Amino acid sequence: MVFEMCLAIPAEIKEIKGNIAKVDFGGGVLREVDVSLVDAKVGEYVLVHVGYAIQVIDRKAAQETLQLWNEILQYK
Amino acid sequence: MVEPLKFRDPKLAKKIATRIQNLSPPYEVKLCHVCGTHEWTITHYGLRAFLPESVDVIAGPGCPVCVVPSADIDEALSLALDGVAVVTFGDMFRVPGSSMSLQEAKAAGGDVRIVYSGGDAVKMAKEEPNKDFVFFAIGFETTAPATALEILNKPPENISFLVSHRLIPPVMELLLGVGDLHIDGFIAPGHVSTIIGMEPYKIFPEAYGMPTVIAGFEPLDVLFAVSMLLNQINDKEARLENEYRRSVTWEGNPRAKGLMEKVFEVVSGSWRGIGRVPLSTLKLKEEFSEYDARKRHNIKTGPSRDLLPGCSCHLVLIGRIKPPECKLYGEVCTPSSPRGPCMVSSEGTCQIWYKYGGRKRL
Repeated sequence: MVFEMCLAIPAEIKEIKGNIAKVDFGGGVLREVDVSLVDAKVGEYVLVHVGYAIQVIDRKAAQETLQLWNEILQYK
Repeated sequence: MVEPLKFRDPKLAKKIATRIQNLSPPYEVKLCHVCGTHEWTITHYGLRAFLPESVDVIAGPGCPVCVVPSADIDEALSLALDGVAVVTFGDMFRVPGSSMSLQEAKAAGGDVRIVYSGGDAVKMAKEEPNKDFVFFAIGFETTAPATALEILNKPPENISFLVSHRLIPPVMELLLGVGDLHIDGFIAPGHVSTIIGMEPYKIFPEAYGMPTVIAGFEPLDVLFAVSMLLNQINDKEARLENEYRRSVTWEGNPRAKGLMEKVFEVVSGSWRGIGRVPLSTLKLKEEFSEYDARKRHNIKTGPSRDLLPGCSCHLVLIGRIKPPECKLYGEVCTPSSPRGPCMVSSEGTCQIWYKYGGRKRL
């Protein structure tokens, strides 16, 4: 279990019932988190902090960031 | 992350390192972050070794449990020793108050319990309706919305909240006033920013001419943020930029911010080892006073003491010194026998340096 207070960990939403979602942190084990603070759908990734999803991760922005890095670094 | 390995790609890291070397200004620059997880990423991955001689990264007061003043821990201790069940996060358990830690209070017969989330504390209170519970609510803007949510969800009558939440932008502003610190750029904390967004940082470039980049927590995020800051420094133009676009937007998380505004008011308050920081702490609004542990319980505390003699945590917390410059570090102060909060917490700069061998130059 992670107790670090600054840390938020990405997890994929597998199932939502009311304010509680079952999420996968990557290891295949599902944990329950509170999703009251976000509008998240099944299949989306959220950042989880002390048991609460605090933001939906923007996949498109993640891919764009990686692409931008690669482009910038081509020219040093 | 979506594709986590790419955010740790060693080939990209080498390229960024070369870029950072090329961007290195001919004079010394000091970049400051304010997040325990940033210090962990930087030290654990040895990122300072990628930086040129002229670029230093210092750690500001970003360890949430380290900055909780002893006076607040003393309140929790008084409750625990008085028969109230004090519930808090694991990292808070061992942090010393003026006379002891919550762990020591538990050993002395106090009822102290560790949870992963505030929701777990509410569950405990529901399961034991005849016991009084207090949730010791600490943490920055990342954590405070969850406390607000639990209070608005009308928890049972036998739980109240000892609120000790703190806000990051006001303490960043305070750092700029520390005369001999001379910060040249801020690496702003990604997860605080998922909640508050970019807007609260705009004063740093606009009013203080301070380059500011919001950064994520993968090693490449931090290295890229450093290169973005060096670009601004070389351009002699301070801007607010967002490296962590996949999680941080201009407005942040409006729902979370709304809950915080509904439940808390912003007041001035003290930070451990730093002192009073204007408009930097959260207090329960009057209409929620029934859930305020300070009003519900008769809490008795004496004068508080933030530091043991010889401990330099107050200097480490603001990045004035690196942990090895403290005379207790690694000698009498270690993670198994910590003297100050910076060595107790897994997000404290001293503990991170002790575990991962952080040095200025590797």
